[in-house]
Amino acid sequence: MNQATATSENGKAHAPRAPHGPARNPVIEAAKESFMAGLLAAVLASFILGVKTVDTPGGLQLQYRWHLVLYAFALVTVGRFFLRLFWWKAGAALPKLVGEIGAGVTRATAPLGKWVGLALAVTAFALPFIPGIGRYELDIAILVLTYVLLGWGLNVVVGYAGLLDLGYVAFYAVGAYSYALLAKHFGLGFWTVLPLAGLLAALWGMILGFPVLRLRGDYLAIVTLAFGEIIRIILLNWQEVTGGPDGITGIPRPTFFGLEFKRFGENTFHQFFGLEYSSLHRIIFLYFIILALAMITFFVTNRLRRLPVGRAWEAMREGEIACRTLGINTTNTKLTAFAVGAFFGGLGGSFFATRQGFISPESFTFIESAIILAIVVLGGLGSQIGVAIAAIVMIGGFEVFRDLEEYRMLIFGLLMVVIMVWKPRGLVSSRMPTIFLGKEKRAISADMVQEGQG
Amino acid sequence: MEYFLQQLINGLALGSIYGLIAIGYTMVYGIIGMINFAHGDIFMIGAFVSLIVFLILIGLGVTWIPLTLLLVLLVAMAITAAYGWTVERLAYRPLRGSFRLAPLITAIGMSIFLQNYVQIAQGARVKALPPIITGGYTLMTSPDGFVVQISNIQIIIMVVTVVLMTIFAWIIGKTSLGRSMRATEQDSVMAGLLGINVDRTISLTFVIGAALAAVAGLMFVLYYGVIDFYIGFIAGIKAFTAAVLGGIGSLPGAMLGGLIIGLIETMWSAYFTIEYKDVAAFSILAITLIFLPSGLLGKPEVEKV
Amino acid sequence: MSERAPILTVEHMTMRFGGLVAIDDLSFTARHGQITSIIGPNGAGKTTVFNCITGFYKPTTGRLTLTHEDGRTFLLERMDDFRINQHAKVARTFQNIRLFTGMTVLENLMVAQHNTLMKASGYSFAAVFWPRGYREKEKEAVELARYWLEKTGLVDRADEPAGSLPYGEQRKLEIARAMCTRPRLLCLDEPAAGLNPKESDELNRLLVSIRDDERVSILLIEHDMGVVMKISDHIVVLDYGKKIAEGTPEEVRNDPAVIAAYLGVEDEDVADVKEEVQ
Repeated sequence: MNQATATSENGKAHAPRAPHGPARNPVIEAAKESFMAGLLAAVLASFILGVKTVDTPGGLQLQYRWHLVLYAFALVTVGRFFLRLFWWKAGAALPKLVGEIGAGVTRATAPLGKWVGLALAVTAFALPFIPGIGRYELDIAILVLTYVLLGWGLNVVVGYAGLLDLGYVAFYAVGAYSYALLAKHFGLGFWTVLPLAGLLAALWGMILGFPVLRLRGDYLAIVTLAFGEIIRIILLNWQEVTGGPDGITGIPRPTFFGLEFKRFGENTFHQFFGLEYSSLHRIIFLYFIILALAMITFFVTNRLRRLPVGRAWEAMREGEIACRTLGINTTNTKLTAFAVGAFFGGLGGSFFATRQGFISPESFTFIESAIILAIVVLGGLGSQIGVAIAAIVMIGGFEVFRDLEEYRMLIFGLLMVVIMVWKPRGLVSSRMPTIFLGKEKRAISADMVQEGQG
Repeated sequence: MEYFLQQLINGLALGSIYGLIAIGYTMVYGIIGMINFAHGDIFMIGAFVSLIVFLILIGLGVTWIPLTLLLVLLVAMAITAAYGWTVERLAYRPLRGSFRLAPLITAIGMSIFLQNYVQIAQGARVKALPPIITGGYTLMTSPDGFVVQISNIQIIIMVVTVVLMTIFAWIIGKTSLGRSMRATEQDSVMAGLLGINVDRTISLTFVIGAALAAVAGLMFVLYYGVIDFYIGFIAGIKAFTAAVLGGIGSLPGAMLGGLIIGLIETMWSAYFTIEYKDVAAFSILAITLIFLPSGLLGKPEVEKV
Repeated sequence: MSERAPILTVEHMTMRFGGLVAIDDLSFTARHGQITSIIGPNGAGKTTVFNCITGFYKPTTGRLTLTHEDGRTFLLERMDDFRINQHAKVARTFQNIRLFTGMTVLENLMVAQHNTLMKASGYSFAAVFWPRGYREKEKEAVELARYWLEKTGLVDRADEPAGSLPYGEQRKLEIARAMCTRPRLLCLDEPAAGLNPKESDELNRLLVSIRDDERVSILLIEHDMGVVMKISDHIVVLDYGKKIAEGTPEEVRNDPAVIAAYLGVEDEDVADVKEEVQ
């Protein structure tokens, strides 16, 4: 891409250009510029916001809302005017202050870096027992943890191996349908199927990975995206097996060593332990399942990174040609990355199926892949703690703003843009080496780390 | 044979629309090497603006179809181009030269944003426009009574596509803007040093791409008569597939890819199952790329050791 | 010098790119325990020879035989690039350095021992849960890395990202990394390019030590005539993909064809050659 513009543009993209000729009044300049921006906003808003199509029995009618255009104009003009005067100005006090506070916070929390992970883990284990945490909060936590798990799985492919995978949801779907079908038709339990589903997903990872090994960069991206869509379309249309758009219902719930979480019947959890029946038991149980799965994912991917195969993944991201001259079979290395990533995707899918009790192709659209990828990139490629934080912020935030209904997806999209522009390398961008010769353990800054070609 | 001919015509019309969108992908990819995921949604906005301007004009009593079409086309191109420009300015330019995946994520974010923006502004329901251009020509009738027809809309779509392709081939090949674009594509740093305004060239690329997407949006409204806020995603993926199939970065490749994807879809729906038409298109893409990793007309990427 | 057994025999190798003949019927031999240099003006096809030897290109015709001391032979033109390193034990460096910039110096050397460590770790997946046996092997690998870091003077830099090293040290690190694959033949593509005279001297000593102490044969592409003439045992001169001369440094430097090739091509190289001739 564009290196020269990077130095001139990056970071101060909005900074005003040095004016030529005699100095002009900054306020008037800002006003002019803001007015133009406002006009642009008005043009953008004109026929989309300003005119609404309304269905009526007589066909489409129009409803004019020109005041909205005016609002857009006013908002952008005023907003830009203030930003221009107080924020984008060279040496403006406000951004400097914010920057310094930010730097101060970073400095102060830097030594806490490793404690953040520990604190998160402790909180995660204690969460169901914290007073005030009810079903609603636990449901959100389960969802967040599912995305943390998926993020860590995809991180192997995108973050470590540097292969851009836009079809990760396919493996999530394979895991979910594997569990649903095996459990329903063969009566296998969750714990038996879980590893099977993972392995099946891994197998699919290899099958899909094999033909795309030669592809690089965006070609790889589009083919993985296409594979994701193919799997979804097949699930949608292979009625006899997958139930088509209606999906699969009545998927068995997981049991606690054979004990079921039901109000009535034999062998129920609350009877065995002599507890009062509570629907919360099942939620807490599910929460600990996903927490355990996430922890396994963390442990395994983290270990693998420090083992030869993990180093080869990262080396491949840094330079494939050099890898091959060192005797590394990059084909196998890529396939293992795909397979390991897919395995955890499959685990996540199984859990999803057992938690929902119902799955349909609707849950496995491209947007899921995009969200998981966004979590990995926003968190900081290759950084497990960053991925966890990003999942909490994005998914947790998304759920907390449930009341905003249709606006929350809008904000979600906007947030992706804003975070990325603010921190292009993600929230945690440094890389921790896998082995040290000396005593001091220092992270590597993101500027050195390559992003991979695949 | 007659059936095939009919499907060929349908496929070419659909393929032209994909091709017009694909050009936007391919131009942006060629010049800054990123997948502009929001481009499909730019197309969707073009379709919505077209629909709304149509309704306004009909409301105003402008009924002479050529005039209506021209006005709709101009307004839709202008407003959609403004969207293209703004998206580039806000979501991509600040990330120029940065980490490769960052603009991809902002593009996905923009795509989500635009979809929901239109959904909120216009509602989630499907919008239907009564047929504006009707009629057509009967080309031939087979002995068993099968009639091969080409509708006026199909003729318009193909003619507009050919005209626009010619204009753009001329712009890229002969004008100074085209030279700047090709230079920036080759080496943006050097182009900047030689006095080309790289930022402006890139902005113009987005503007042109968006304007073409608006044309595609208008054609889509005319051809299908129904749109919703979600059409951008599906058409976008198809068009991007077309761009990659043709060899991303190559304008004729984008058009060729578009036509191929359009044809595969129609033929597959006609002769096999309509449900699996997308699987067919994607499979052809995967198979092509496995054997021709740079697409049909793309320049092979030679890895210098 | 008595004739030693050949390690690499190139026979009638031709490499065409479309209509361009980059290498035209080239034959030469590199011998065990020697430094064999390939020199020639820019564009003579030297790097192409390397790319054929290390498997990045498949020669259009010709045969490349690698022979170990124990007599095992490998036909390089039939092998995948990574197998050439893994089995035939050929390692290389690049003209434009290709380090893993975001990994530390030590990690670069650990990646070089990938195949050994893969086996030791049960292909990594076993060692996720049973790391015991692997720990020992990893320690050994670190020791080998430390050995080469000491030899190249990089031991203090071990935990720094490779991309942060100055140019000269990056060159050395690339050689150390190649050596960590325990090669029998080391192919160096312009290792002295961009080095100052002091660094160039250190490089000479390192290469001689690799030849004499480690008993690893070296194939060298170099522009720096000071390096080439001082340490080479045997020199092959290429021009436009053809071999125009071959022999000891003494023979090559007085060869009229060589002088003509250099005089005919590039100004800075001409000066170098003249200086060496006189």
